[in-house]
Amino acid sequence: MPDTIIEATLARAAGLPTVRPGQIVTCDVDMTVVIDVQFAHDRLADVRAVHDPDKVAVVLDHAVPAPTPRDAGHGAKARAFVAKHGIDRFFDVGRHGIVHQVIAEQGLVLPGTVVCCTDSHTCAGGALNSAARGLGPLEILQMLCTGQTWYRVPPTIRYELTGTKPAHVNGKDIFLTISGRYGDATDHALEFGGPGLASVPMSDRRTIATQGAEIGADFTLFPCDTVTEEFLADVAPGASFTRSNPDPDAVYADVRTLDLGTVEPMVALPGTVINNAVPLSGLDRTRIDQAFIGSCANGQLADLAVAAGVVEGRKVAPGVRLIVTPASQQVYLEAVQRGYVATLVEAGAVVTNSTCGACFGYHMGVLAPGEVCVTSSTRNFRGRMGSTEAAVYMASPATVAASALTGYIAGPEQVAEVAA
Amino acid sequence: MTSPLRVRGRAWVFGDEINTDDMYPGFAMKLPVAEAAQHMFDATRPGWPALIEAGDIVVAGRNFGLGSSRACAELFVHLGISCLVAEQYNSLFHRNALNYGLPALTVPDARVLIDEGDVLAIDAAAGLLRNETRGTEHHIQPLPAFVVELVEGGGLINRLEAAGFLDRNDATAGGKP
Repeated sequence: MPDTIIEATLARAAGLPTVRPGQIVTCDVDMTVVIDVQFAHDRLADVRAVHDPDKVAVVLDHAVPAPTPRDAGHGAKARAFVAKHGIDRFFDVGRHGIVHQVIAEQGLVLPGTVVCCTDSHTCAGGALNSAARGLGPLEILQMLCTGQTWYRVPPTIRYELTGTKPAHVNGKDIFLTISGRYGDATDHALEFGGPGLASVPMSDRRTIATQGAEIGADFTLFPCDTVTEEFLADVAPGASFTRSNPDPDAVYADVRTLDLGTVEPMVALPGTVINNAVPLSGLDRTRIDQAFIGSCANGQLADLAVAAGVVEGRKVAPGVRLIVTPASQQVYLEAVQRGYVATLVEAGAVVTNSTCGACFGYHMGVLAPGEVCVTSSTRNFRGRMGSTEAAVYMASPATVAASALTGYIAGPEQVAEVAA
Repeated sequence: MTSPLRVRGRAWVFGDEINTDDMYPGFAMKLPVAEAAQHMFDATRPGWPALIEAGDIVVAGRNFGLGSSRACAELFVHLGISCLVAEQYNSLFHRNALNYGLPALTVPDARVLIDEGDVLAIDAAAGLLRNETRGTEHHIQPLPAFVVELVEGGGLINRLEAAGFLDRNDATAGGKP
């Protein structure tokens, strides 16, 4: 039987020759990832034995370094947990970063594997051909104890990419084109492929895969191709894995062709990305108070490079705050070494520690009532980044950086209007 | 009426794409469960938690629970919500609800059959929804057997405890007692 990517992966993980949409299967989990906020309410301290400590990673990311005594307590519980169970893959403050970035750059997400974490943006791992998704905190607890979980095999929507991605277009623009045009994909897997895919670098694939959660997709998957293999040769040299590439005659719920050459910079309006994104060129002049570049979606080195390129030699507009959060300590270090951090700070940006903070409205960069933010982060829900009376627009790092210079939502080509 | 699968309460009707940030705001993650629960729906329906009576039922439209894995179901349980009824769920949210021992039924025409304030009596295992206010009765998709077993047993925490995976010494249980 021909398989889509998700069917091939879940069948293997369930030890079955084949699976079909709608079927409920019990799967072995290759990597279970626990984050700091999970230590808030859950019974992690009561776990008698972790099923396989080599298949577990603990990453502190949502609120680090701890902004409150309560958050500090989560770190303490995490340290006790990894000590008790002999977990080597522990990314404490100093080795930390946003979980999806950390596990990708540490080579803990491999093609054909099943990866689980409570964070809903775990689907980021799909860029590396992994059946990765967010699951509930109690389910992660169960996985730690048993090494298994269950899935309902989702039907797959395939995006057949043609043409070539223009250099100024980001994965965010590709995703917002899709979410604006086709709406939600609840209970489905998304699969990307086609001749245009080779022009989409890993950083853009990771942005697209991360954002699948915003349209309710269970999984967002890319094939394992030469771009994937080059990335893995760097982060996981010598690792063995089984690719889950789709069969040519796989059966899809829908196949949608997207010519990458036609994708232009996009902006999601406040509230949702579902049927709510417009081309930047069609947006009314929208003033901003804050511009944010970061998160698991767009806090990668490539994103910081683009932002630095846009702001170089210019200044953030008066009355605007530009906040940049590298996605991990490793990204931060490389951004320092390459000069991006200096360029951003010279332009007037605040470059923060790596954390989920501002993206989920928790600390360092949240919004006051009445403020307007343009963000490259993951979500634009009302109240997401602080006040429920703030408005959050979402766009690519290039658009966010340019907007910080102009004071309204704009692209790099509009920056020339601003004096250097 | 001791089974968590047979419930009776007033309906609170919400719209489409109610997201988890609305249910469990970011700042509320700094708070203990009891306090966090007082901020459910701050963005769209401020003050709602104070209106809840034990047994009340939340009814919603499509894509209910879009967003994060935040333990929103734990907050619903804390407030005394006995059941969720939605036209369609986000799968992460749906799994969370059931794992916290909260019955979560899918009723594709929920907002046609139910108005806010209607008193509902639901048997989630049998797949029966009675709208006492309207005097109507509807057969609905019952929960699958393995989910019935999970919810009857008080959720995943109780199951893990019963299987000997967890020590029983923590007072802050995630599931129902």
